[in-house]
Amino acid sequence: MTDGMEMFPLIQRLDEEGKLVGELGFLSVADLRETYETMRFLRTFDERAWNLQRQGVIGTYAPFKGQEAAQMGAVAALNESDWLVPTYRDWAASYLRGVPMEHGLFFSKGHPSLGDIPTGKQVLPAQVVIAAQTLHGVGVAWATKLRHEAAATVVTFGDGATSQGDFHEAMNFASVLEVPLIFFCENNQWAISVPLSQQMHAETIAQRSIAYGIEGYRVDGNDYIAVANLMKELTERVRAGEGPFLVEAVTYRLGAHTTADDPGKYRASEEEDLWIRRDPLLRLETWLRGEGQLSDDDVVAIDAESERKVEEILANFHEALDISPLVLFDNVYAEVPTGLASQRAQFEARVKEMGA
Amino acid sequence: MAKLTIAQALNQALESALTEDPAVIILGEDVGRDGGVFRITDGLFEKFGGERVIDTPLAESGIVGTSVGLAMAGMKPVAEIQFFGFIYETMDQIASQAARVRFRSLGRYSAPMVIRAPFGGGVKAPEIHSDSLEALFTHTPGIKVVTPSNPYDAKGLLLSAIDDPDPVLFLEPMRLYRAFRDEVPEEAYRIPLGKANVVREGTDVTLIGWGPSMALILAAADELVAQYDVSPEVIDLRTLTPLDEETLVASVQKTQRAVVVHEAVRTSGFGGELAAVIQEKAFLYLEAPVLRVTGYDTPYPMTMFEDLWLPDTSQVITAALASVRF
Repeated sequence: MTDGMEMFPLIQRLDEEGKLVGELGFLSVADLRETYETMRFLRTFDERAWNLQRQGVIGTYAPFKGQEAAQMGAVAALNESDWLVPTYRDWAASYLRGVPMEHGLFFSKGHPSLGDIPTGKQVLPAQVVIAAQTLHGVGVAWATKLRHEAAATVVTFGDGATSQGDFHEAMNFASVLEVPLIFFCENNQWAISVPLSQQMHAETIAQRSIAYGIEGYRVDGNDYIAVANLMKELTERVRAGEGPFLVEAVTYRLGAHTTADDPGKYRASEEEDLWIRRDPLLRLETWLRGEGQLSDDDVVAIDAESERKVEEILANFHEALDISPLVLFDNVYAEVPTGLASQRAQFEARVKEMGA
Repeated sequence: MAKLTIAQALNQALESALTEDPAVIILGEDVGRDGGVFRITDGLFEKFGGERVIDTPLAESGIVGTSVGLAMAGMKPVAEIQFFGFIYETMDQIASQAARVRFRSLGRYSAPMVIRAPFGGGVKAPEIHSDSLEALFTHTPGIKVVTPSNPYDAKGLLLSAIDDPDPVLFLEPMRLYRAFRDEVPEEAYRIPLGKANVVREGTDVTLIGWGPSMALILAAADELVAQYDVSPEVIDLRTLTPLDEETLVASVQKTQRAVVVHEAVRTSGFGGELAAVIQEKAFLYLEAPVLRVTGYDTPYPMTMFEDLWLPDTSQVITAALASVRF
């Protein structure tokens, strides 16, 4: 059996104890202080979203708690001409690429604006079908290559997605076509209730790269410094015409799959405790405190600012709820066909009748 | 004017699209050096090169899925699926992805792309090579379904499909690829999508079909006039989605009778939808029930029995007479 762990050793720069075991690379201490603030805000948002579901304000929500460093690191080196092709749990990554955070709430509310990405932001709408977006990522990267743009595309997906045919077709197409794409797997160990050991027989996801003749990397997904630096290097290489690459970011879903399941039913609390100690936020905090960059007062201030931003997001969210149900008919085709137009008229009458 | 087959007319349309628009690319299995298994893309690889006419790995979901990404990022992919029966391999990428891009993004993104596939039976092909699965896609909002039945329409419809801002499934009647020739103008021209063609005007019964069935219908129409003194009106839908209800309903209101012909299996076939539209919009005009001439509700047969299974001209005549004499 291939010893994947040995062939793809875990890349780490900031260890579980919050000790720097590598270089900061292209990041400054100030960058990392800012990253901590953002990460803490994202955690606040994620926890609030969970509660909003419990209060009935939104529907099913898929929390990203524990995966912040992986998602933030995945996009840390992207610029305006690059593309992000995310899955449904990637609100942190999408947010950093310019998608307002309320889109995460739209998604769970079933609000039609969930995929209405701001103009100019090269992010695709969150994908629900597992691994379907990996092929879209190949297509996007292929388009940039055909137009000779020096752009990188990052497609994100979970460990469960690596079982899908589309993932393997995407890896194959991307490598054969040599497109400027980075496959970024957030290996959070669990596909709802099924552990990775039941998902595949290989030791690592990174070693899947061997079969496609491309480079693969395994990085500590809870170590922002390591992920960001790896992605900095790989995005530069894909823009220069190398690639594609496969990155396995080893992380953990600290919460449930979604608000609709209870992890207590399928996994041991000892395992969760282990990963709570590896929390990406805690790790960065420990290091910053050790560097004298963060005090208790600072954390209180960051929390207050995070709360304020979350309130702002909620205000935007509530304001956006006033949207005409007729948008359902207006974006099926570029022009509403005659038959659909008559259904639209019937629907409009029904909307009026129901006072919606 | 040159007389071309459907295959040649499609080739001309693709060449013209590649010449007109640098965003157009062709991708699929064997579409490059081999020119496609039906040679529809013959010569295009040589003329436009391997960056624009691409032999992809053998994976249908990969072909359509990457096309979705290409289209979302501004290219105009024309993907070939080697046989329509292989479309099941890529159902998710068509129905859940391509068809929903505009809807999912509230119009911020679209997926203007064409998926071409040869369809229909009658050529003694192996299993899964002859199925008529168009109803799977007329049941899928967000994608247009277009199918020509002759060389002139083939070129004009394909060029419109490539221009279209939405994804189009373009179904090419396999057994008609080289069955006959028509005059086809050299220059590029467009036939609008969503418009049915009244191929033959008549007064007694409306015969409705598309793609491969049109050959049967036209032969049946000739015989109905010559042998039975029945005047059939013949409609070639050309586009199934969006459906040209207006032309259809106007014709049935005039003839008061309708027969729908398709190779696809009967139950939940598109003929059922047409019958429903006709009774909703022209109920009081009808002098007879809307009849269907279709394939049977079995999997597409082994080719030994293919000719027995497929609708033929005599069945169309029988149905038309049954309608007229009802």
